[in-house]
Amino acid sequence: MSFDAAYHEKKLNSVGTRPLRPDGVDKVTGKARYGADFNVPGQLVARVLRSPHAHARIVNIDTSRAEAAKGVKAVVTAADFPDLTNGNAEMYAILDNCMARNKVMYDGHAVAAVAAIDAKSARDALRLIKVEYEVLPHVVDVDAAMLPDAPVLNDSVFTGGVEPTPTTPSNVCNRAEFGHGDVEAGFAKADVIIERSYKTEQTHQGYIEPHACVATCNKDGTAELWVCTQGHFVFRQNCADLLGLDASKLRVTSSEIGGGFGGKTHVWTEPVALALSRKAGRSVKLVMAREEVFRASGPTSATSIDVKLGATKDGKITAGLATLRYTGGPYPGMWAELGAMTSFACYDLENVKTVGFEVLVNRPKVAAYRAPSAPMAAFAVESAVDELAHKIGMDAVDFRIKNAAQEGSKSSYGPVYGPIGIGPTLDAAKTHAHMSAPLGPNQGRGMACGFWFNFGGQTSSNMNIGMDGTVSISVGTIDVGGSRASMALIAAEELGISYDDIKVVIGDTNTLGYNDMTDGSRGTFSSSMATVSAARNAIEVMRKRAAITWDIPEEDVYWEDGHAKAAGSKYGNLSPLSVAEIAAESGNTGGPIAGHSELIADGAGVSFATHICDVEVDPETGSTSVIRYTVIQDAGKAVHPDYVEGQYQGGAAQGIGWALNEEYIYGEDGRLQNAGFLDYRVPVCSDLPMIDTQILEIPNPNHPYGVRGVGETSIVPPLAAIANAVSNAVGVRMSHVPVSPPRILAALKAEANG
Amino acid sequence: MASIAVSTTINGDEVDFICQPDESLLDVLRNRLGLMGAKEGCGTGDCGACSTMVDGRLVCSCLVLGAEVEGTKVETIEGMAEGGDLHPLQQKFIENAALQCGICTPGFLIAAKALLDQNPNPTETEIRFWLAGNLCRCTGYDKIVRAVQDAAAEMRGETA
Amino acid sequence: MRYERPETIDQATSLLAGAKGKAFVLAGGTDLLVRMKGDDFEAGLVVDIKSISGMRDIAETDEGFVIGAGVPCAALNEHAALHAAWPGVVEAANLIGSTQIQGRCTVSGNLCNASPAADSVPAMVAAGAQAKVSGPKGTRMVPVVDIPLAPGKTSLEKGEMIEAIVLPKRPARAGDAYLRFIPRTEMDIAVVGVGVNLTLGSDGTVETAHVALGAVGPKVVVAEAAAKTLVGTKLEDTALATLAAACSAASSPIDDKRGTVAFRKDVAGVLARRAARIAYDRAGEK
Repeated sequence: MSFDAAYHEKKLNSVGTRPLRPDGVDKVTGKARYGADFNVPGQLVARVLRSPHAHARIVNIDTSRAEAAKGVKAVVTAADFPDLTNGNAEMYAILDNCMARNKVMYDGHAVAAVAAIDAKSARDALRLIKVEYEVLPHVVDVDAAMLPDAPVLNDSVFTGGVEPTPTTPSNVCNRAEFGHGDVEAGFAKADVIIERSYKTEQTHQGYIEPHACVATCNKDGTAELWVCTQGHFVFRQNCADLLGLDASKLRVTSSEIGGGFGGKTHVWTEPVALALSRKAGRSVKLVMAREEVFRASGPTSATSIDVKLGATKDGKITAGLATLRYTGGPYPGMWAELGAMTSFACYDLENVKTVGFEVLVNRPKVAAYRAPSAPMAAFAVESAVDELAHKIGMDAVDFRIKNAAQEGSKSSYGPVYGPIGIGPTLDAAKTHAHMSAPLGPNQGRGMACGFWFNFGGQTSSNMNIGMDGTVSISVGTIDVGGSRASMALIAAEELGISYDDIKVVIGDTNTLGYNDMTDGSRGTFSSSMATVSAARNAIEVMRKRAAITWDIPEEDVYWEDGHAKAAGSKYGNLSPLSVAEIAAESGNTGGPIAGHSELIADGAGVSFATHICDVEVDPETGSTSVIRYTVIQDAGKAVHPDYVEGQYQGGAAQGIGWALNEEYIYGEDGRLQNAGFLDYRVPVCSDLPMIDTQILEIPNPNHPYGVRGVGETSIVPPLAAIANAVSNAVGVRMSHVPVSPPRILAALKAEANG
Repeated sequence: MASIAVSTTINGDEVDFICQPDESLLDVLRNRLGLMGAKEGCGTGDCGACSTMVDGRLVCSCLVLGAEVEGTKVETIEGMAEGGDLHPLQQKFIENAALQCGICTPGFLIAAKALLDQNPNPTETEIRFWLAGNLCRCTGYDKIVRAVQDAAAEMRGETA
Repeated sequence: MRYERPETIDQATSLLAGAKGKAFVLAGGTDLLVRMKGDDFEAGLVVDIKSISGMRDIAETDEGFVIGAGVPCAALNEHAALHAAWPGVVEAANLIGSTQIQGRCTVSGNLCNASPAADSVPAMVAAGAQAKVSGPKGTRMVPVVDIPLAPGKTSLEKGEMIEAIVLPKRPARAGDAYLRFIPRTEMDIAVVGVGVNLTLGSDGTVETAHVALGAVGPKVVVAEAAAKTLVGTKLEDTALATLAAACSAASSPIDDKRGTVAFRKDVAGVLARRAARIAYDRAGEK
């Protein structure tokens, strides 16, 4: 059936209200089942043996003693994962990351795994596996990895995106360039130019729930997987591909998910658990320890970025140039490319050029982290924009307003924008009370803007109308933090019934069509589109049923306010039929009533935010406290405003952590020094103030309710907003994130010593 | 390792279990008693997701041996609602959207209840420092703090 | 691994003395259980001392305050007389970990863990606290400063355990304070810690001063020279500046994941100045 996804303004009854979430009671009483909260009778416990080296050749693995140990039922190594990837480099990287094949590429890289009858037997067995390594030189720093004498991680990597392709291998796996105009001509027109270099350190998504799964894989090729994931269909496909299973015979059920932020979009241990199960002939439970989460899952890129920016004295940016170097871990990715695309997306520039270099290093394989790659690029560009505004004596907000992109602007990464929110968020910031609040001694205010694309993609939804007129909906998009409530609101709006009459569940992989994962802020955007479509299809069915009941032509029945109504005065004596009334008769009118939708959600509207923050810096210790924080962001339409605010606040908090204290710290030996929440310092409750939010609603023309993704953009501005605030508080530009106390104190001393 | 027999009281019920000498209370609760409301986020006392009360003190159950709770009173999230009636903190967490993914929620609720039991009218600062051992990565804590303030007000009888 | 819960000190020390393999005392367990989860941890015996009479009590005796080795740090804060007499020690003890950790961790354990960054140790050392050590050969009093030897190493011999920490009685016009630096507001290990303990003459002149520094050496650093600079002063700005410089000079830290040498030396001085001011004001109020 054709589906009109276009936005139409209308009076809303459900969308935009704040009802209680449907999974609330389960989650406040401890009943909700997360990844580790599921057991199968007779299951084994699995543990993974991980490399202590940053870079080493695996000479030999002897598992014989472990296999013979009491209680051990299976041991796997790379030998148990034949390469079925058929030259697909991306899949090969996933395979090699799940279980190292020839070399270990980072501290924590899996080399073997054990399934045993209990945790202690599994732990003891790990110690019986003897791995002989030939340690190789390693490199973890992005700039060092690009030097000509750097250890080369993979000698089959030749820089892509350059002509001609180099003849010697290097750690630079790709170069990507974006932009338009002539930057040199632009700089020639500038009255003031600044040129700066920035660095950001690697951070982890830091979800509180470690990766966990229970795998059952039978010798006949049938299998089941219970797992915490942002995308069970993607996990199914990846696991099936890597293990040679038929996707349809691998049923994946998603648990409640204890945070993902991009880190649960990739398979890590799930193929390993399935392989162990297949080998042992029993179910296998595999839960990562926190240390493994840090060493071997997640993280985002560490970066090194140069920005050159020129403007006229009256505040018009004449050219912007950025060179961005992003670590991808040991395998090629597109992280630098995303950074290069997003760098200048907030601005309307005549001349802009960005170049991204993707760099291999001996760190864990980079995974998406909330608006992946954008925060670092925004840190660099928004720091430079701030400094340039200061230099020409212009207010930082006014300067941005003057240069902001708007509808019709050609974005720095190519497309021409439709209606967008950067200007409105800046206007709102300009007039926000926060902007004019007085500051005390040692305090500074900073602001910054952020952009994210937002994704759409393949989506499935089933709606079933029960005999009593209540509605159950299955969606294929994982609910990472409240989207079931949003789906019910959308369905209530479409059907014209009460939110309380709708129950939304996440279907498993064998009950729905393929569904992309919850990433790219696509959850509510895409899944609500499919839900609208499913509801409209169900309404079509209900119109037909009403027509049958009334014995009138179907085209004379229309749907309004939750009822089928007969059109025209000739049916004056027919009272409208409610959903419940139509459903009650379904056994006599053609059977169960349902609406289905399988679609590709196109046209995810881009999203912009402006953040304002105040900090106080202790000039004697470099300690920074965030004393006030405001998030202003365009939601398109906030379906459930509580959870939109929650996304704004959560993203801001993660960005604040990144800006101030979070970083991967490697020793000289290339080992991760802080693989735990003690020294990987995410913000705690006492670190933060209340985070004020302002939701703007500039409808996305490509969604029936104007919805845009909201989940990711909020992490983009904080790095720069905090750094700008600290710089304004202490009078020294901070160009290395996190702006930790030692870095601030060192910068202050360097400034004092001239 | 010889197993140890332990008699204790959990959420008001007398409970006997056996455990290994090096087994944590968290593992006992989750793996032996089926009380999976307490979560393991770190296993090192840094995240608070396993928060539990033992003899009236708030602890991380990952840092208590199962053997240690002999003769004590243990309270977990499963005992917080009375019958089907939610504790005001539980209700206010839902009303304030103080949870997104919800994995940290049981720990926050146990910790917040311990606070309100001894300080019915905490300041925002007192709430924030008391809850500093409970990590939440989703909410930025704003709505959690508000939920605790709301619940405290209701428990003091000040509900609007 | 064996778990034992003796009811007397003698039982505990003979269990520890007779243990085959490594034996550990379990008080609050907030360090021990973390270590137990390590893949390389091996222990033959864990002795839970909390059922021994007096282990969970704080007693005010002729010697001063006797804090049983099983007393959780949260209980120190709840003891009004102790808090009034030794606010610096109590604050230091209350900085260890979260509320959850406070419900379990002990100052004896903090001491025996022998971390150079232990929060309660500089405060106890500045306070002149003693450890009551029991062992197969009987009981001895050991200055707290002599318990840790190096990171993870103590002077306790096989079979010995700390039974209690004894904080001396307080004269009039005495005050102490402890400050530490951490990157966040809670939950971190000290990057630098400073304990200061002062007694004043009737005119407000410092008569005795003790300063101890944490996380700036392999074990707690007794900054004797720095402390001496305060004696005879009224904490004038110059006196504080001298103290700060002397504390920075007394620090010999390392670069690690928590801080740099330069940062630690600088901040040791800053915190010493601030802690001295707090201790001085407290002493003056009594």
